[in-house]
Amino acid sequence: MWDYSEKVMDHYRNPRNVGTIEDADLIGEAGSLACGDSLKLFIKLDGDKVVDAKFQTFGCGSAVAASSILTEMIIGKSLDEVKKITNKDIADMLGGLPAQKMHCSVMGREALEDALKKYYGEDSEEWEELELELHSHDHAGEKIICTCFNVTENQIWEAIKINGLTTVEEVTNYTKAGGACGRCRGVIKDIIETFLKKSQVEARVELTPTQKILKIGKVLEQQISPQLQKDGGDIELVDIDGDVVKVKLIGVCSACKNASMTLKNFVEAELKEKVDSKIIVEQV
Amino acid sequence: MIYLDNNATTKVDEKVLEEMLPYLKDEYANASSMYEFARKSSNALREARVQVQDFLGAKDEKEIIFTSCGSESANMAIKGVVNCNKEKRHLITTTIEHPCVLNVYKEFEKQGYEVDYIGVNADGELQVDELKEKLRKDTAIVSVMWANNETGVINPVEEIADIIKTRSPETKFFVDGVQAGGKLKINLKDTQIDLLGISGHKLHAPKGIGALYVKNGTRITPLINGGHQERGLRAGTENVPYIVGLGKACELASDALDFELKEVKRLRDKLEQGILKNVFNARLNTNSLHRVPNTTNIGFQYVEGELILLHLSDLGICASSGSACTSGSLEPSHVLRAMGVPFTALHGSIRFSLSRFTTEKEIDYVIEKMPEVMDKLTKLSPYQKELELLRS
Repeated sequence: MWDYSEKVMDHYRNPRNVGTIEDADLIGEAGSLACGDSLKLFIKLDGDKVVDAKFQTFGCGSAVAASSILTEMIIGKSLDEVKKITNKDIADMLGGLPAQKMHCSVMGREALEDALKKYYGEDSEEWEELELELHSHDHAGEKIICTCFNVTENQIWEAIKINGLTTVEEVTNYTKAGGACGRCRGVIKDIIETFLKKSQVEARVELTPTQKILKIGKVLEQQISPQLQKDGGDIELVDIDGDVVKVKLIGVCSACKNASMTLKNFVEAELKEKVDSKIIVEQV
Repeated sequence: MIYLDNNATTKVDEKVLEEMLPYLKDEYANASSMYEFARKSSNALREARVQVQDFLGAKDEKEIIFTSCGSESANMAIKGVVNCNKEKRHLITTTIEHPCVLNVYKEFEKQGYEVDYIGVNADGELQVDELKEKLRKDTAIVSVMWANNETGVINPVEEIADIIKTRSPETKFFVDGVQAGGKLKINLKDTQIDLLGISGHKLHAPKGIGALYVKNGTRITPLINGGHQERGLRAGTENVPYIVGLGKACELASDALDFELKEVKRLRDKLEQGILKNVFNARLNTNSLHRVPNTTNIGFQYVEGELILLHLSDLGICASSGSACTSGSLEPSHVLRAMGVPFTALHGSIRFSLSRFTTEKEIDYVIEKMPEVMDKLTKLSPYQKELELLRS
């Protein structure tokens, strides 16, 4: 028994905007009969504005509810606004979906994307720009990861990004990937790890100058210095000038032949990993 | 409410509850105790065992072991036999078993056992010839369900038992009888079946009680170690009230078998024919002549099963679906896939399972409402062209 919200129940009982639009400007499709759910979305424009939207869905209660509410969400909006709707927006609008049903909201988003892609044309500037915005990452591609449900690396990456997913099980709930034979679960795990690593790096870039200075001091004091002290040496922070961190090695370290190696391979490497990849360490 | 999901669970018969109540109230003695107060519990336990023995047609009451459910019975039988025959490294079962059997086999497969899975034809009938080919001298156990929970198709387990015992007498044969109990005549003493499991809540006893028949001379190891209960094969203080309930339920099921085979079957056939006649996208998933009398499985093409169940539920009708969406897994029923049910009907397959408490009025209501529900739901489908073809 699923714990569906009132809103979901209302929409599968009384779906809005069911049907087709003969002279639709945009038509998008997602899913398939074999996979157990599919959606066809029709959009009519006046200028840049969505004036009508209709849908046909083969799927469970939450798939119908997600499609139905999506049509309500886009009617009256400009294409620019429509572009920004994520699967999370659809799920939120429904008052949430059970975890295992999140893929229904993803199907809505995919149909929308398919409609935009066909409307602009795959080679158009608009689509390329939109795609870049949607999939602004170096790692993912159109490669199919889950052959049972035809889920691409892009789709998995996007689901992770928008919904903050951290486990393979969550990815399965949102995209279906890995839900049948399970052979791709290892690859999904790798994608999650790659994403998490990348987002950590990005998070570090966003430090303000003051935060950065404080963090450099903290890493030097708590992580680097204790290591050097074990060898009878130590390190002292002299100055920070942009990305250049000026330090002084003291104790046995100051006379060590390998001082420059210690600085590059240990001190700088630590700071690069923990604070900012652009950091350069100099001895004064 | 119209309850047509009796293969999932059944309502507790009032008469069963009445038999149980004293043992949930005043007669709480441990059946193994020595004082006079325990006599009633102890006698009740013995009586229930005989009731189950009679129901299964077992030769000896000692062949009945009480368990907590059908899954425990299956686990105990399969693991019990395999553990007793460590030198035998080959196992056989079918592709359409309940997960309580399939997952035990999968576990043994992981441990390095060789497993053969016997398939079914498009009507869900077992390919018995395949079994003949796969059977070996080092096959430790063969497990075949008597009746399938989703389709109701009956497997010829008596015939299979004879095949096994002729070709490989040392191989043990376990039958999952959970869906057969009360729906067909069982007379184990006339068969070569070694082990058979049943579940109380599928035959109007409460949940939490089952039994395993272990033919005299069949060696198995216990799943639960502890006290001497159930001849040391299943430790744990005997669950007297529930065992009494199972005993009574078995007695009632024996009495009701004729009714089940005639009247329940008549209603099932009426429902099946009514839906096939009135609903344009309905497809009978199995037309096998060998089916238990209470079950039908119908695919509604181009409509998804969970959506159908939700709309039926709004009308007070309870049924179940082999659709992926209802179970939380992403794949539709392994049974319907093993039969090769086409994708168009697979996701929209609904099982209706009746009981002796189902009335004609209820069946008429479902036959009346089904076309309305389908009219509404097919309008949502993106496959209008395909549906149009079915209509004409």
